[in-house]
Amino acid sequence: MVSESGALGRTPLYDLHVELGAKMVPFAGYDMPVQYPAGILSEHKHTRAAAGLFDVSHMGQVSLRGDDPAAALESLVPGDIAGLEDGRMRYTQFTNDAGGILDDLMVTRRGDHLFLVVNAGCKEDDIAHLRAALAGRCEVETHDDRALIALQGPEAAAVLTRLAGAGVVTMPFMAAADVAVDGVDCFVTRSGYTGEDGYEISCPGEASDGLARRLLAEAEVEPIGLGARDSLRLEAGLCLYGHDIDTTTTPIEAALLWSIGKRRREEGGFPGDAVIQAQIRDGAPRRRVGIQPEGRAPAREHAAVHIPGGAAIGEVTSGGFGPSVGRPVAMGYVETAHAKAGTALELTVRGKALPAEVAKLPFQPQRYYRG
Amino acid sequence: MSDLKYTKEHEWLRIEGDVGTCGITDYAQDQLGDVVFVEVPEKGLSVEQNGDIAVVESVKAASEIYAPVAGEVVEGNAALADTPDLVNSDPLGAGWFFKIRIADASQLDGLMDEAAYKEYVESLG
Repeated sequence: MVSESGALGRTPLYDLHVELGAKMVPFAGYDMPVQYPAGILSEHKHTRAAAGLFDVSHMGQVSLRGDDPAAALESLVPGDIAGLEDGRMRYTQFTNDAGGILDDLMVTRRGDHLFLVVNAGCKEDDIAHLRAALAGRCEVETHDDRALIALQGPEAAAVLTRLAGAGVVTMPFMAAADVAVDGVDCFVTRSGYTGEDGYEISCPGEASDGLARRLLAEAEVEPIGLGARDSLRLEAGLCLYGHDIDTTTTPIEAALLWSIGKRRREEGGFPGDAVIQAQIRDGAPRRRVGIQPEGRAPAREHAAVHIPGGAAIGEVTSGGFGPSVGRPVAMGYVETAHAKAGTALELTVRGKALPAEVAKLPFQPQRYYRG
Repeated sequence: MSDLKYTKEHEWLRIEGDVGTCGITDYAQDQLGDVVFVEVPEKGLSVEQNGDIAVVESVKAASEIYAPVAGEVVEGNAALADTPDLVNSDPLGAGWFFKIRIADASQLDGLMDEAAYKEYVESLG
């Protein structure tokens, strides 16, 4: 938890990270592992080859209860929450009146209530926003006492089966279930932030250290830090809030139209609906795209994007080296006229023009379990 | 190893006659993490002391390399283009960045020797 004094918060797995030799860095108010002794490249590749364990307990876990929490939440997000079946999960965004994105989040229907997972850096604002906007309609309960462990990679299902039974294997991507994992009552979703098959496991904070150690005892599982989490999600073409999306980008500009159901596109009823519906109808001025730099030099966040030899048309919002694809990869915004895959671009890296082109996302094929 | 000099930016310079071979230290490569790209200078480039001369990028971030002394680049390490990880695996050997003809040998006096650099690194905690 984040203290008032400005000191860094610690997740319940802090001692384990230190014991494992993690390099700890401040992230969203928490002291978090950026990498373990194996290093980012090897952690990244291990996750794609076997299974990686991530501590994402810094993220906010929230329950929404009320007469109709789905209808209430729909007043704040463009996603189709009313249409979400029990035990199913959906990605959406909190929008503002200008259609900008306040945060992105996962919403799961869990019996009579909704379970939300929001970004660590936004969680206090999100909770205040929910409480103010849904006052009288919903009770907003935060689960600061719970940990969140992500188990990601092609061996994640085999590993979790050993500890949680065969039921977890047939859960499709974006499904959720109450599952006992090594005897601990957990809330498990088949989801993640790596592009790989895997799970996110919400468990009581006091049980998380034992559970994480139990998972790490499996031969396939290695601990993975925030460094590899970032390179994995970038290869998978997934947005990072505060970088690829923020209050100045709409879901349409961010190429997240897929996350807005047909009914919501037509009916609106969420903050910024007029702006977003107009962009759906008439197109947005700019669009988030994949960017493939030529050669080996990575282009980082804030590198300017130009027409080759010409005008500035955008900016890189995430960029680095993609360990699995073995070359630099980036995402950013370009004017819509230049957003087609294969369009030649020029990036300004350390004052020099670096040739690049618009690339299809994701860079690394997603390997979700669709059942 | 007495011909090795070090900078506070964690570069090393091995002096042979009037030519120095430059790279980054084991401490620097460990701090950077996995190196994925190195831009080495072209032969013939003239630089001032502390001028930008090379770039090293790890998975995490990009870092500038500064010339430990003024001079003219004699050679850049071409091997780093395809195998930048040499900087991690052999920072004081095959992972060298460039060779520079030293313009003013008196600038070497301002650099640290091995013992002083070791003490400096320890002071960083």
